[in-house]
Amino acid sequence: MAKRIDVSGLHVYYGDFLAVEDVSMTIEPRSVTAFIGSSGCGKSTFLRTLNRMHEVNPNARVEGKVMLDDLDIYGPDVDPVAVRREIGMVFQRANPFPTMSIYDNVIAGAKLNNQRLSKREADEIVERSLRGANLWEEVKDRLHKPGAGLSGGQQQRLCIARATAVEPEVLLMDEPCSALDPISTLAIEDLIANLKENYTIVIVTHNMQQAARVSDRTAFFNLAGTGKPGRLIEMGDTNRIFTKPEKKETENYITGRFG
Amino acid sequence: MTTTDSSTPARVPTGRRRIGDVIFANTASGAGALILLILAGVAAFLIIQSMDSLRANTVNFFTTTDWNASTREDPAFGVAALAFGTVLAATIALLLATPVAIGIALFIVYYAPRRVAALLGYIVDLLAAIPSVVYGLWGVVFLVGQLRPFYDALENYLGWIPLFAGPVSATGRTMLSAGLVLAVMILPIITAMSRDVFHQVPQANREAALALGATRWEMIRMAVLPFGRPGVIGGAMLGLGRALGETMAVAMILSPSLVISPFLLQSGNQTIAAHIALQYPEATGYGVSALIAAGLVLFAITLAVNMGARFIVARRKEFS
Ligand SMILES: Nc1ncnc2c1ncn2[C@@H]1O[C@H](COP(=O)(O)OP(=O)(O)OP(=O)(O)O)[C@@H](O)[C@H]1O
Ligand SMILES: [Mg+2]
Repeated sequence: MAKRIDVSGLHVYYGDFLAVEDVSMTIEPRSVTAFIGSSGCGKSTFLRTLNRMHEVNPNARVEGKVMLDDLDIYGPDVDPVAVRREIGMVFQRANPFPTMSIYDNVIAGAKLNNQRLSKREADEIVERSLRGANLWEEVKDRLHKPGAGLSGGQQQRLCIARATAVEPEVLLMDEPCSALDPISTLAIEDLIANLKENYTIVIVTHNMQQAARVSDRTAFFNLAGTGKPGRLIEMGDTNRIFTKPEKKETENYITGRFG
Repeated sequence: MTTTDSSTPARVPTGRRRIGDVIFANTASGAGALILLILAGVAAFLIIQSMDSLRANTVNFFTTTDWNASTREDPAFGVAALAFGTVLAATIALLLATPVAIGIALFIVYYAPRRVAALLGYIVDLLAAIPSVVYGLWGVVFLVGQLRPFYDALENYLGWIPLFAGPVSATGRTMLSAGLVLAVMILPIITAMSRDVFHQVPQANREAALALGATRWEMIRMAVLPFGRPGVIGGAMLGLGRALGETMAVAMILSPSLVISPFLLQSGNQTIAAHIALQYPEATGYGVSALIAAGLVLFAITLAVNMGARFIVARRKEFS
């Protein structure tokens, strides 16, 4: 498991509006890469191009290249559905299926890949994924209760379990903790630290301490100005970015000075 | 100023209820009470008016199929055939219309290009507003005539199922025709309701499915249909209500006979609503009261169906 992502010369448009301009970067396997940057600079937009989720928006389009190891995910006969099975996603607001039980939520994706999952295999996947998401002990007695009945932090871990149940190569997380309290946030950060042994993880965060705590590498995005596209300013080892940033903009951002 | 102490600002709520609130609350509860009153009033009317004939009835009202009520003494009438016909016609209509309606709604919301979807949506709303007589006319004058070859084929290939046993009615004025016209009639309303609820499926749910690697159809099965289920059922119940009570279209299409016949391709059967409409002008003696009794049964069927639907929707409430 865990593959490398190689982005080169990526532009992302919404209709005629260029939202993200000319991003090239390498995301290493079995590590955590954090995206930071001010609001509206295109972090979510860029993240969603990595598993072709942006195509859900009919106006959005992409120029450039994204390689998953040696697969060009925008290649002419690559199915976006297949890409998304390899590259899972966790959203800002926990979004368990409201009509499904905890159990069914976890197994939903795995069932897509394998219609004839036996009961025993399904049980195994559910338990393994929930354990992996540090949620098993809390929910093992109510697996068949609705997923929407969990607390916000539990729901987010349920969503992580659901995403990992399909055993993707890469896990994209868009501000997974922004709606959570500090305790749940720590639980998820611990979880991320465990998950990186098996997955390539990308996390968008507004919380600089969080980026410093969980990530191995950090990418800083910024807007050239209002109405201008977002750009990747610099990327490197998290330690270095937070202690010796090369660019003035990065330094201003991480020290809280803007302008 | 109601404050006595000038040092406390008057902004603090005084606990006095605002006049607008009071008016609104009273109007709203008044309207609610009115609905209940009307419902109770109608039920009471039906019960009282039907008592006359029901008391005089010489046969069991619920098991008899014949209808001899327009006499001054010894009426003998029963609602069995009518109730059967009513439920049968409405069931056929619902079974035919609901899947098609769901399909159209899904197409409008998730597959059609935006312009096509807008146009289709508009047409659906338009169809829902067409009065039922028009559907009835269309059914009698056009549809029924066209169905013959189709019915013959049904009998040929599926005749071994009792439902489709021959001989096929020569006029095509059969239960299946009535059910078909009713289906066309309730299709728009079910489609419109389903479309609205499919539109409301949160983007977060749909994206959750897609991000797991669901195809569009799998996304619909995982996120859209379960979420839309109560709305679709609600739409189907509205349609069913309309089909149960539909008078003109059925009266025009069916050639009535008061038998309990499960043979959809043969003539026969009748529904309560059409029966009332056809019999009322000639009703004498106990006739009117007997028809009201039939109306009471229709009222009860409709009520039961609605409560059944609510039960189905509520059973999985925990999950929505
Ligand atoms: N669906 C959309 N249609 C059109 N423009 C969009 C859409 N989504 C985002 N944008 C625009 O693209 C730019 C980047 O937005 P994006 O959501 O990627 O920023 P972000 O860095 O994730 O911000 P935040 O930190 O607030 O989440 C913004 O200018 C935004 O207005
Ligand atoms: Mg964002």
